Amino acid sequence: MTRRRNTELGLMLLVVIITAGAYVLASLGSESRIPPDIVPFLVLVLGLLLGAHVAVRRLAPESDPILLPTAALLNGIGYVVIAGLDQKLAAAQATWTAVGIVAFVLTLVVVKRPRSLERYRYTFALGGILLLLLPMFPVIGRTVNGSRIWVALGPISFQPGEIAKVVLAIFFAAYLADQRELIATSVWKVGPFRLPDPKYLGPVLVAWAVTLLVMVYQKDLGSSLLFFALFIVMLWVATQRTSFLVIGFSLFSAGAFFAWRSFSHVQTRVSIWLDPWRNPAGDGYQIIQGLFAMAFGGITGTGLGLGGGVRIPASENDFIFAVIAEELGLAGGALVLIAYLLMVGSGLRIATRAEQAFDKLLATGLTLLLGLQAFIIVAGVLRVLPLTGVTLPFVSYGGSSLVVNYVLLALLLRISDRSERSKQPVPTTAAVA
Amino acid sequence: MNRNIRRLGAVIIGLYLVLFVKLNWIQVVQKESLDNNPLNTAQVRRDFNRPRGTISSADGVLLAQSIANPDRSSEFTRLRVYPEGELFGQVTGYFSFTFGSSAVEREYNDELAGTTFDQQVRGFSDLFVARENVGDVLLTVRRDVQQVAREQLGDRSGSVVALDPRSGDILAFWSSPSFDPNEISTIDSKAANENWKRLTTTPGNPLRAHQFQDRYFPGSTFKVVTAGIGLQSGRVTDVDPSYPVSTGYIAKNTTLPIRNFGGEACGGTLPEILRTSCNSAFAEMGTETIGPDDMVSGVARWGFNSSPPIDLPGAVRSVFPTDVGNNPAKLAQSSIGQNDVQASPLQMALVAAGVANGGTIMKPHVLNEVRNAQGAVVKSYTPTPWLRPLAAGFADELRQDMIGVVTSGTATAMAIPGFEVGGKTGTAQLGTEPPRSHTWIIGFAGPPGQPPTVAVAVVVLDQSGASEATGGRVAAPIARAVLLAALQAQGLA
Repeated sequence: MTRRRNTELGLMLLVVIITAGAYVLASLGSESRIPPDIVPFLVLVLGLLLGAHVAVRRLAPESDPILLPTAALLNGIGYVVIAGLDQKLAAAQATWTAVGIVAFVLTLVVVKRPRSLERYRYTFALGGILLLLLPMFPVIGRTVNGSRIWVALGPISFQPGEIAKVVLAIFFAAYLADQRELIATSVWKVGPFRLPDPKYLGPVLVAWAVTLLVMVYQKDLGSSLLFFALFIVMLWVATQRTSFLVIGFSLFSAGAFFAWRSFSHVQTRVSIWLDPWRNPAGDGYQIIQGLFAMAFGGITGTGLGLGGGVRIPASENDFIFAVIAEELGLAGGALVLIAYLLMVGSGLRIATRAEQAFDKLLATGLTLLLGLQAFIIVAGVLRVLPLTGVTLPFVSYGGSSLVVNYVLLALLLRISDRSERSKQPVPTTAAVA
Repeated sequence: MNRNIRRLGAVIIGLYLVLFVKLNWIQVVQKESLDNNPLNTAQVRRDFNRPRGTISSADGVLLAQSIANPDRSSEFTRLRVYPEGELFGQVTGYFSFTFGSSAVEREYNDELAGTTFDQQVRGFSDLFVARENVGDVLLTVRRDVQQVAREQLGDRSGSVVALDPRSGDILAFWSSPSFDPNEISTIDSKAANENWKRLTTTPGNPLRAHQFQDRYFPGSTFKVVTAGIGLQSGRVTDVDPSYPVSTGYIAKNTTLPIRNFGGEACGGTLPEILRTSCNSAFAEMGTETIGPDDMVSGVARWGFNSSPPIDLPGAVRSVFPTDVGNNPAKLAQSSIGQNDVQASPLQMALVAAGVANGGTIMKPHVLNEVRNAQGAVVKSYTPTPWLRPLAAGFADELRQDMIGVVTSGTATAMAIPGFEVGGKTGTAQLGTEPPRSHTWIIGFAGPPGQPPTVAVAVVVLDQSGASEATGGRVAAPIARAVLLAALQAQGLA
């Protein structure tokens, strides 16, 4: 069915136009001139996006047509905003986008059917934990901004935790798809509570606990939160037992309270969240500058390239949403939120249409990773939740995050393509004749 | 499983709705309070790294410009520098990352940054040319006249305002103590903070543009206003009434007389009492000839109790009490510029300008024009009347009376041979012992028989002495030098 692909192509071209237009406007805003590199820029954007599109057309022709253009739009907006903040970072981001799209295509090439991932579940589990532990090794591990989540290999540094998220989501999906009925029916009675039997949950619990411990130890609060939610939600979807959700929430509350009581860095985050104005030049500075920037943008924004994002620490990364909301206003901020909802919608639709339990769970898990990660960081910037540093998927500066999210996207498209194909009627001989 | 997946979708939509509501809260509901938060430097920050036009004086001297930051590693690509330092500090103002902007830098920010609608439209055709779409601001203030004002005032605190009464063009706008805007605009935020702290705690507050942001007792210079109101009311002419020669005036509800300087007796018609700066006569004129209602409405027509519409932020309102209806004693004191009367130096210069310009006060302004990078004028100032307190005939009478004050009155030190110069001195006693006072002079000058081309107001703060001669002795030479410099700049002398 080429109609989906044509829709995607149309949307991709629209994204190219929007991105190039935004790039020109940003340059006009900050430098009062047409960017001198507009032609190479246009060629690059067109080449990358059309390359991705052609790959999907060839490798996953029946897949969802919305996800890739939406991701490309977010990536484009992110690039333009980063270019307005720092040209050097923008050049790196362009390179990472290219790497991301290559990874996207490679994932489609290598993973021919989702089931092939299911087989290597324990390899994934082990690999995921190993990746998480990597930054703690001497020599290669790096501590950045208080979090030991970086690994440096020669000139390239990356966050293996980003990869671990997807890898562990695959493991959870595979394990739960297999064991979900046992887990759902077996009951371990503790007083009045009906808990899942730990016997069947064992491997998952171990993987999950190790993960959480590692992340908490590395002071990566955002990822810990993301992981907790991922596990509980996937368990709930797999077993359809609401009691798991209740238990999960209670555990989370207890864990959060314990973390708040025992770790000073958690306390700091919470007290900044409650009252950033107490120390506006100190630890409240970042969040306050973010609020100023967004308020200054108002409804329509200051215009691309006319924001003052440079003053917000981590403006190209954790706080990129504040820069977007300043330059594009409420309209642009809402657009970004809608883009994520669109991706979540598409992702969950893929999950509901999938036929295999593993496909369903994996699509749900991957979608949740994307949607929840965006929620966690935007909520932090908007002071809805305490700030925990995670990237804004596809938008933030950062190679690991970008590449991993493109891989995540490719997996979703692969699941989508697979289930749509199996739904198609088998051509009859009459039609052939 | 699909049911739970759909529920999950609903929950995520709910979570994003929360974000959307909070985003509205920040960007719409709280926008104003966050924008106005004193810690917020968004406005200046937005413009700081953009190209920005120059500011130049009317005689072509560069007063402010943006240059490339030699420090490549800095987050700032440009520096704002002020080659004239403190000479134009209060006119150009500062453009600081930390402290925002002031004066011309603030008032004409959009023009300098090239973001006015006009400039954007014009700039549109230049899009494909590598060209900076900024505006260069040309002022009416002249460096040569400004320099004379500074030299003349020297170390003394005070203000000098000179303007062209025909157009409202401000020619000199100096007050002391002043500040060097480079100290505030530096991108070295530590130095900027220290300088700010020092300047805001220095006595005399150098960051304030005293010439239009501070007000002082105008003393006898205010008699020009009283005389003008009297003339315009039709109840005072050059020949009538003739006020009794007396050493003081006692208002109806008091026994305390208003005394003349040195206890001298004076009186007579308007030209005479203006020449001698006769307190008793002007007190009687305000209280009885004009009366409270006409005085209060009259001072408003001269610009009191409202801010002058100058194109710089923060102009202070000059005040005249409005509760004088049943208080002749207060009205009597107010009529000679005492009691609660306070005026900015700019306001008193506008009084002189009104008399000089046939009774019409033009809007005071510092902007001459804005040019784009190619030198084409994109905006130019059109002179506009502000107030018309006097009919032309009355203005001529009052002008002649003020010329009389210079030829044979308290302001003889202001005379410039070959020019018609008018003026009025003032000495506002501060009630200290030994006596100290703010000494004033206002006036105008021009070629003989022609409308004056320069109006001036000078105040020198806190001088020793309290006689009427003090104003003539201290302030008049400054006014004279500034008038002469302005006439020379106009090609008349």
